[in-house]
Amino acid sequence: MSTQTTNEDLELSVLETDATETPNAAQGVASGLSEPRAGLIEDQSSGEGAGAAFGGSSRLSSLDTLESEAIHIIREVVAEFEKPALLFSGGKDSVVMLHLATKAFWPGKVPFPVLHVDTGHNFPEVIDFRDRTVERLGLKLVVGSVQEFIDRGELAERADGTRNPLQTVPLLDAIQQNKFDAVFGGGRRDEDKARAKERILSLRDEFGQWDPRNQRPELWNLYNGRHTVGQHVRAFPISNWTELDIWRYIERENIELPGLYYAHEREVFARDGMWRAVGEVSQPLPHEDVITKTVRYRTVGDMSCTGAVESDAYTVADVVVEVAASTLTERGATRADDRISEAAMEDRKKDGYF
Amino acid sequence: MSTDTLAADLETALPTTLFRFATAGSVDDGKSTLVGRLLHDSKAILADTLDAVARTSADRGFGGAAGGIDLALLTDGLRAEREQGITIDVAYRYFATDRRSFILADCPGHVQYTKNTVTGASTADAVVVLIDARKGVLEQTRRHLSVLQLLRVAHVIVAVNKIDLVDFSESVFREIEADVQQVGRELGLGSDGITDLLVIPVSALDGDNVVDRSERTPWYTGPALLEVLETLPAADELESHLESFRFPVQLVIRPQGALAPDAVAAGLDVEAYRDYRAYAGQITEGSVKVGDQVSVLTPGQDPRTTTVVGIDFAGASLEEAAAPQSVAIRLAEEFDVARGDTIAAAGTVREASADLYASLCWLSPKPLREGQKVLVKHGTRTVQALVRNVGGKLDLASFKLEPASTLELNDIGHAQLRLAAPLPLENYLHHRRTGAFLVIDPLDGNTLAAGLVKDHPGDHEDERYSI
Repeated sequence: MSTQTTNEDLELSVLETDATETPNAAQGVASGLSEPRAGLIEDQSSGEGAGAAFGGSSRLSSLDTLESEAIHIIREVVAEFEKPALLFSGGKDSVVMLHLATKAFWPGKVPFPVLHVDTGHNFPEVIDFRDRTVERLGLKLVVGSVQEFIDRGELAERADGTRNPLQTVPLLDAIQQNKFDAVFGGGRRDEDKARAKERILSLRDEFGQWDPRNQRPELWNLYNGRHTVGQHVRAFPISNWTELDIWRYIERENIELPGLYYAHEREVFARDGMWRAVGEVSQPLPHEDVITKTVRYRTVGDMSCTGAVESDAYTVADVVVEVAASTLTERGATRADDRISEAAMEDRKKDGYF
Repeated sequence: MSTDTLAADLETALPTTLFRFATAGSVDDGKSTLVGRLLHDSKAILADTLDAVARTSADRGFGGAAGGIDLALLTDGLRAEREQGITIDVAYRYFATDRRSFILADCPGHVQYTKNTVTGASTADAVVVLIDARKGVLEQTRRHLSVLQLLRVAHVIVAVNKIDLVDFSESVFREIEADVQQVGRELGLGSDGITDLLVIPVSALDGDNVVDRSERTPWYTGPALLEVLETLPAADELESHLESFRFPVQLVIRPQGALAPDAVAAGLDVEAYRDYRAYAGQITEGSVKVGDQVSVLTPGQDPRTTTVVGIDFAGASLEEAAAPQSVAIRLAEEFDVARGDTIAAAGTVREASADLYASLCWLSPKPLREGQKVLVKHGTRTVQALVRNVGGKLDLASFKLEPASTLELNDIGHAQLRLAAPLPLENYLHHRRTGAFLVIDPLDGNTLAAGLVKDHPGDHEDERYSI
């Protein structure tokens, strides 16, 4: 298809222009190693940041305003729904979501389970991070497994080997089995043009489908989560955050992330204009040369469709600078599944995807 | 910009603040071009997005040989929108300058403009209304301004676009400016002490007065559009200074045994928090300090007065908090306080009422009927309600109330509702949060209308309601 060729050309040219060799660094730098630099972005007076610095006469910073809005939404959903759950992949947006939930209910526990749809192609260090986080916060973890559906013959492997689109069926199954009536997601409107049209509380029908042309108007901060039996609601409390907001917040709050978000050495090969990691489920073809590069991941998804970017951002502060200077969107740079067509995300969302 | 310079910039930057604005107007007014111009000139559009738009523009033959970019495509997110070349739904866009982060709600002008404008304006600190300099104030402009006045948008900015096409003529601009101010006076917009109304000559296509002041309009001495957006006070800022503290209770935080393990691991005193009880919510207006006297408003009960003994946020104890902060408030007395109650500065709220006099912006294809049963969501409480009568429909162009017994999609009218439980209703004109409510269909749960409390029912002798 001509569209894809154009896409590849664009991405490859970007790879070439950015191809500066970086001296090696330790594998998998843990985010906890980076010192939080208090006062870099936010004028904060305590480790908790947020409201502490705020007096009646000054303005809230944009991060404080976004945090306050997200916490309000999380509390609304918990108050109005019987059985919410939070989609947690170990990716940065879901980690921020969980952090916001801990703040919303402090000193109480986060009052809902987390749900992970495991493609079977995840990065092992991300699964490890997921399990440690769940343990630390004393949460219940529900896992929907793409592999089990494939093994049972209820899902078929795609020709391109990408499993991201296959997550929809196990996700809807887990929602139904567990009778979740609200599911928190870390989707952001700046990620994708279909997501730019998404509501903060978004209704899904009995089949989990999104009907973008027939959405409820969302007014003031009054969220309407009413639904009938069989329907459920997706809640997106960080709808209004940008990728840069997420990183500034991670820095300010000193939030731990899986190490692959930071620069590290990795064996990679070039495919579809991205650097793909070599792994059990991600093998180079004979003509694809494997090289060692200093890379990091801007998004963390299925290993079979997520690409790395060359980067020497070893700390969260480095990443903030890198993201602020980036000329590519995070999905455009690193997601094969969103390059299938201009409406790839919209089509997946209509079927019930995140 | 090199990353080193950028790092230095980030290091010295003051905390940015958040500003929400919406745009209203039709495609013909050049609204999409203006939005595209703001995003483009503030470098909010990244290379791959621009490339995708350029490809689609080329496929459609936009801009001919010159290979222009159809900036409208930046805000058309859905397949149907791209295919039909129209914008159906509000799209949200994000960009930032050194001073502010912006959330832009781009409201389509020609399809369901009332529904989209009401939605976008309900959360906006400012709304930019587009006028074509060649056409001046049209009926649609009057409609837009009417809706914005009703929703009490703090700042209305009228951008007189395509000023290049009238040869940057001062007389053309002054005439339109005078017309806009006249409409403003008729509506009370910009002259009520609550809202302001600004008129700016721009060329979205060439960028005149959009980001920078233009040399081609020397007779215009005011600021460029982006300068205005960077410096106007946000609604939260205005509302946090109000005397009247308002705090709808979302839920009670009472962990008992279920303390957060990470907090305990970090040294939380388990004994001290065994009986912790706080009321969680977001301050909708005003501010609160520890030691303040507050009233707890519970529907059907007399207000109970007590003292604030603590304001907590995720482990931090605050002395003071203001709108729009989300906090948890502890009170001196162990009242029975639940979701749906409101905590307010003592003695500042009038008696709760079960009679609701309101303006309704009807947003559903199902028309409103007298005698209909609906749900009303106000703050954190949802109650049943009966539509007693419809008091008329607003002609948005003439601003006159016409007789009507029903409201249909995109109509704005007056109605009287009887509530199953009394609510602490306040006039929307002065209380943008506690004066707002949703009308919900009890059958399918859909949102039927945006409601604005008109007057306190104590004023119901008002002749407007002697229907």
